[in-house]
Amino acid sequence: MIRVVLPAHLRTLARVNGEVELDVAGRVSQRAILDALERQYPVLRGTIRDHVTLKRRPFLRFFACEEDLSHDPPDAPLPERVAAGAEPFLIVGAMAGG
Amino acid sequence: MSGVRVLVGTRKGAFVLTSDGKRKHWDVSGPHFAGWEIYHLKGSPADQNRLYASQSSGWFGQIIQRSNDGGKTWETVDNRFVYDGVPGTHQWYDGTPHPWEFKRVWHLEPSLTDPDTVYAGVEDAALFRSTDGGASWHELPGLRGHGSGSSWQPGAGGLGLHTILLDPKHSGRMFIAISAAGAFRTDDGGGTWRPINRGLKSEGIPNPAAEVGHCVHRIAMHRSRPDVLFMQKHWDVMRSDDAGESWHEVSGNLPTDFGFVIDVHAHEPDTIYVVPIKSDSEHYPPDGKLRVYRSRSGGDEWEALTNGLPQRDCYVNVLRDAMSVDALDSCGIYFGTTGGQVYASADSGESWSPIVRDLPAVLSVEAQTLQ
Repeated sequence: MIRVVLPAHLRTLARVNGEVELDVAGRVSQRAILDALERQYPVLRGTIRDHVTLKRRPFLRFFACEEDLSHDPPDAPLPERVAAGAEPFLIVGAMAGG
Repeated sequence: MSGVRVLVGTRKGAFVLTSDGKRKHWDVSGPHFAGWEIYHLKGSPADQNRLYASQSSGWFGQIIQRSNDGGKTWETVDNRFVYDGVPGTHQWYDGTPHPWEFKRVWHLEPSLTDPDTVYAGVEDAALFRSTDGGASWHELPGLRGHGSGSSWQPGAGGLGLHTILLDPKHSGRMFIAISAAGAFRTDDGGGTWRPINRGLKSEGIPNPAAEVGHCVHRIAMHRSRPDVLFMQKHWDVMRSDDAGESWHEVSGNLPTDFGFVIDVHAHEPDTIYVVPIKSDSEHYPPDGKLRVYRSRSGGDEWEALTNGLPQRDCYVNVLRDAMSVDALDSCGIYFGTTGGQVYASADSGESWSPIVRDLPAVLSVEAQTLQ
């Protein structure tokens, strides 16, 4: 199982507590995780990436294994420890005021 | 038994204020959608328990919420607002072309007759409609496509479509307003549109006959007389007696004619309300006195309503969607401030008291008269 950590507001929106666990078939990439996440929680469509362009929203970042993966290609394979479920894929909101 | 529900959108959530017909004691529920900007909530005139809410965030974008029980519970509906076809460009602040980009829903206007039909005014300015209770949204592209869209320029707060008025007497007629493009009207249900800005005068627009480019802040009408429109423009309070074909100024003796809100008494079509704000760079009331001004003559002659409102050291703003009226026998008037107060008057403005004092900055106020 792939583990995903959502920002607090998206956990509220998706009505989940703690980490989300996803089944991801095939190669584990950002796109594969987000596709699976949006299938399981349709309310999250458009909140992490744009509906049309599928680009990451500007005030969100993707981290895993202490690396910032935000600018990696969406189909690039994620670290093995994420694919194995040993480390979570982190979706993080910018720490901006407001 | 009749009562009132006041829907309040704030910078950090929504609040629902309810009272019986006496409007002395209020129940406050919220924050709903805590931490999110709630630009607007509104109930269906055809089903008082059907509510729609625009929930947005700079981090996570746009969400639309729907309630079928008067705001006790909510469900998310579709949040895809995709412009029809190739969206093209409007003008940016510096006059250069800028691609149309959806940012948020500023205003939701449910149909007068069908709870499942609702209009959404969005930034960058466009009008969307859902006919399935928000399960899907489709642009009415005739507005942006009528010809002047490429010359529209945003106001300081963005290129927002903030006002949607549905004409209860002329089937298919609607009025909308955009900052800073101006007012527009359709007579065929949103298929085709034309600007209705003749008579508006705006500093910085040297051509008084300019078709678009006016910073309209808000338009209001009385249901019994939809050909008469009242407008709070950036500066100037304006009136049209011919469904927007022409406008004339009715600022009269107001202490300043800058402001955002304007509304009409529920039972007196010539009684209108504004909240004068000092200037476009000083977004607070003149002299630190929060005063609602009322005209009983459809403009020009105004009286200050101050009883119960702070008359010293008050420097809040009242934003364009933050005034509303109820339709009880003694008309109730409501407005919210950027200081988090929601003031209510149960006697047409003669006296005021705060329902709540310490909410986040208020973005919108909508009163529902409950049966």
